[in-house]
Formats: sequence, C-alpha cells, structure tokens
Amino acid sequence: MPTVSNEEAKADVPERSEAAAATGRLTRMLESDFLHAFLRSRVTVVAACGTLTLFLLAFLAPWIAPHDPFDLASISILDARVPPIWMEYSDPRFPLGTDDQGRDLLSGIFYGMRISLIVGFCSVAAAAVIGITLGLVAGYAGGRVDALIMRIADVQLTFPAILIALLIDGVANGIFGSLDRDVFAFYILIVALALSFWVQYARTVRGSTMVEKNKEYVQAARVIGLPPVIIMARHILPNVMGPVMVIATINLALAIVTEATLSFLGVGMPPTQPSLGTLIAIGNDFLYSGEWWIAIFPGLALALLVLNVNLLGDWLRDALNPKLR
Amino acid sequence: MIGFATRRFVQAMIVMLVVALLSFTMFRFVGDPINQMVGIETSLEDREALRERLGLNDPIPLQFYHFISRAVRFDFGTSYQFRQPVSELFAKRIPATLELSFTSALFALIVGVPMGLFAGLNRDSSISKLFLSVSLIGISLPTFFIGILLIFLFSVTLQWLPSFGRGETVQIGSWWTTGFLTVSGLKALVLPSITLGLYQMTLIMRLIRAEMLEVIRTDYIKFARARGLPDRLVNFRHALKNTLVPVVTITGLQLGSIIAFATITETVFQWPGMGLMFLQAVQNVDIPIMSAYLMLTAFMFVGINFIVDILYFLIDPRLRVGRP
Repeated sequence: MPTVSNEEAKADVPERSEAAAATGRLTRMLESDFLHAFLRSRVTVVAACGTLTLFLLAFLAPWIAPHDPFDLASISILDARVPPIWMEYSDPRFPLGTDDQGRDLLSGIFYGMRISLIVGFCSVAAAAVIGITLGLVAGYAGGRVDALIMRIADVQLTFPAILIALLIDGVANGIFGSLDRDVFAFYILIVALALSFWVQYARTVRGSTMVEKNKEYVQAARVIGLPPVIIMARHILPNVMGPVMVIATINLALAIVTEATLSFLGVGMPPTQPSLGTLIAIGNDFLYSGEWWIAIFPGLALALLVLNVNLLGDWLRDALNPKLR
Repeated sequence: MIGFATRRFVQAMIVMLVVALLSFTMFRFVGDPINQMVGIETSLEDREALRERLGLNDPIPLQFYHFISRAVRFDFGTSYQFRQPVSELFAKRIPATLELSFTSALFALIVGVPMGLFAGLNRDSSISKLFLSVSLIGISLPTFFIGILLIFLFSVTLQWLPSFGRGETVQIGSWWTTGFLTVSGLKALVLPSITLGLYQMTLIMRLIRAEMLEVIRTDYIKFARARGLPDRLVNFRHALKNTLVPVVTITGLQLGSIIAFATITETVFQWPGMGLMFLQAVQNVDIPIMSAYLMLTAFMFVGINFIVDILYFLIDPRLRVGRP
C-alpha cells in the first residue's frame, strides 16, 4: 500500500468522488424508484407537463405573445374592454379580449405570469438562502446562537406570512414614499416575501444539521482542521438539501399566491409592471359592469399555475418521504 | 401542569414584548410622527412644542416604557388619516371582523369535519376522491380570487346575495353591532364567510382524513372491532377522538390565520372590519393603526397559541408525563 501524504489524499478524494458521483447519479436516477414512481403517477406527469408549459409561456412571453402590452405605440384606447372572441363585439386580434386600456389580455397574462414567476423564484431563492444560512449556523453552532435564531423563528411562526409581508410593505412605503415605491416595488416585494418565508427552511435545515454534524465525515473534516464555514458549506449543506428542495417547491406556489394577493391588495407590483395579481385587481373594478373577463382570465391562469406547482410539490413530498412508500 | 402553563405564559409575554418593541420602532422611526400629525403651515416652534409635549425628546427606553404602558390601556394615539383615536376606530370595527371570523370558522368545522371523516373511512370511494380533488383546488385558489368568483357568480350573475358591506346591523350594548339579527345582515355574511372559511375547511378535511387513515390501522381499533363493537362506536368513540389532538392544534392556529386572511376577504367584500382598516393604513402609511393592529393581532395569536397549548395538554394525557 503506497503511502500518501495528507495533502495528496485531500486533493485526490474530491476528484474521484465527483467523477464517480456524476455517472453514479445518472444511472441511479434512471433506475430509481423516484423516476418509476413519477411515471406511474399520471396526475403528476400531467402536472409536470402543465407546469413546464406555463413556465415556457411565461418566460418566452416576449417572443410568443401576440402583442406587447408595454409598447404604448401599439395599444389604442379604442380597443379597450373588447370581450373574448366567442362573444359579440369581439375582435379577432384579441382572443381573450382586452383590459381597460386596450391591452391584449392573453399577452398581458403571459407577461404577468412572467413577473409573478420571477418574483416567486427570486423570493423563494432569497428565503432559502436566509433560511439555510441561519439554519446551518443554528444547528452547527448550537447553544446561545441556536436558541436566539430559533426563538426569532418561533415568534415569527406565530404570524401568518401574509401579515408579515403586508407589514414590511407598509414600512417600506413609509420609508420610500409613494413615488419611489413603484421603482422599488419589485425588490420590496422580494424582501417582504423572503422575510416571511425563511423560517421553514431554517427549522428544517437546523434539524438535519444537528443530525449530520455528529456523523463521522463531519468529525473527520473537523479533525483535518477545516474551518467551520467550509464544513458547513461543503460538507453538511449537500446532505441537508433534500428536504429543502421539497419545501422550495411547495413554497414557490405559496410565494406566487402571496405575491398575487399583495398585488391584488395594491401593495405589490404596480400597474406599470403588472403581475397576475395586479391584472386581477384591475379587472376587479370592472366586474360589476359586466366586463368579467378582465379579472377572471388572469385569475384562472394564476389558479392553474398554482395548482400545477402544488400538485408537483405534493407528489415530491410524498415521493421523498420514506414513511409513505 | 402549573409549571407547564407558567413556562408557556412567560414565553407568551416575551413574544408580546418583542412585538411591542417592533411596533414601537415602527411607530417611532418610520417617518416623523410630528410631520404626519401637523399641517404644512405649522411653525418650527410649534412642532418643537408638540414634540416635547408628546415626549418624543425623552430617552428612547423611557419612550418605549410609555408606549407599553399606554398600549396596555389600548391607547395607540391618533390615526394620521382619520384624526380620531385609534382605539375608537378599532372598537367600531372589531365586531365586524369577529363575527366574520367566527362564522367562517364555524363553516369550516361544520363542513370540514364530516367530509374528512367520510373520506377517511371510505378511502376508495369515488366521493372521497372527489372531495380530495375539490380540496386541492380549494387550496390552490387564492382567497381573493375565490371571493371574486363568488361575487361574479352569486352577486353579479344570479344577483342572490350582496357583494359588499354588512347589510343592516343591530346595536347591542354600547359598542357592539351585530349582523346576525337581520335578514340582510345574514345574507351579507354568506359570501365572505365561505370565502374566508374555504381554505380552513379544506385543511381540516385533509387533516382529519389523514389522521383517520393512520388511526384506523392501529391495533386498538382492530381490537375494538374484534370485540364486536358497532362501527359507529369504533369510528366516533375510538378513532375520531384520537384524531382530535392535531385537529385542535391546527384549528386553533388557523383561527389566527382566519383573522389575518380576513384582511383580504374584507378588502374583496368591502367588509367594514379592522382588516380593511389595516390595509388602508398600509396603503396610506398610517403608522398608529398599523402598530396597533400588529399589537392586537399578536395578542390574539399569542393568546390562541397559549390556549391551544393548554388544551393539548388536557386532551392528550401522554403529554402530562415524561415531559421535562
């Protein structure tokens, strides 16, 4: 047996394991129960296809939408409130009708969904980063740090996320004033949502970290003198990410709904950059005068999006939960 | 039991203190309270005098102390937009919110529990599957969109039920107004409480179903059946009772979110409750109302959590032993 110095061994190990893991992961995935279970559940396959389609429609909106709702030159107030194509007085240019400013509703929904999804993804990512970091630190450090972080989490958990987001939004309103608000709305919204949803990640990651940190590989890393930050980020983190992905999927649906709700209440995205919630809020004013499509179609799009993501998240949770197999 | 309750109580007090600190920070540092209270023509001297009189020049800890001692007496100052004491504004609107929340919680329980029981006992029947699919849609539809759909269907198209307001109300005592006693008041309650309660209903239903599925597999249920006890007795006395612990927790905790989501429902239906007022405060940066609402809801949440914890303890005897 050749003798290797410590340095060589350290340099050697990651390379070998990465290469092995890459091929191993692929075959493992193809042969896994996971894929098998996925293909067997018809609802999930449909939900996955639906989610993919909606994501594509949203992110390709600038290329596939029939009109550009933000191009002021192409919209005309004369086209305002045209009903959908199967009703009287409709216009073949606008399959789902137009809103109060003559913007094509179908294109508006594509673009709105895009904004909803971007806000959703960004806020889930931000919440996950905050939550994972605090969870790792709490779980790894233990003691007072842990107690402090977890008490904050407990306090916050007593309040529904929507209230916290509303409050943060209100405070931001006070700080920025209403003029700057439209400019910052996007960022305020993401911060508000991230600060409302980080708790779940933190609690989960903390729990798994406390289990992982007593395992031998972590002790080994500690013995060779790696700093805690590296141990947390490179050794523990990959092993606690499983549940995080499930929470993230479920939270994506929740974040989209919360964003839509805030926008509907008039404290989210401004009408100049409408998300689905803003579109519904605009349409709500015309519900009583019979122009129902302005509110109902964006609402249905939102419901469809959330339903698909929810179905996917539900299945993911069950598939990754060994207790239910 | 006493020790447990005391510990929980101390925790609840700490939470309230933290919330009070937040609410105070908001009140004191988001925007200048003086600027919000006086007009543009007020002179600098007058502003300074007002600042002194309101104690805004005192040391911050002292101000915080004053804030808390006033908050305990429910004195949150004057609303920036209404120019009325915040406590009066809330007193006028609390009955509306509480009646709405109570009705929707009742709706959620009365519909959700039997549906969940049925779906749990008849796992493979097509009605159970229908319940489950419907509940998934109920969870996926945002509250405000459910409200819009209901308004569109029952108010705009069919014109059966009103779409906004509380209808006629009756005054009871010095400040409570109720919509329970008039026909128009009851009619006005229908759509908002369904909107508000639907999510809770689906949640309760799914929870009871899941718990029932787990419980009816246990040995003591098999044993009860083997003893020849009638189904009704086994299902209700043995099984349902053991599903109640999580249900009580979730229902209790959901009471809090009912109050929170009332904000949305009240906006959709222009229901004159405190949620609507809070939302208007958020839009107009009316900090006294916001901080009062924060304190008030925190108080309700903490109170509910405390009661749920105690109930937990009373329902589940296992918790009484072996807990440090």
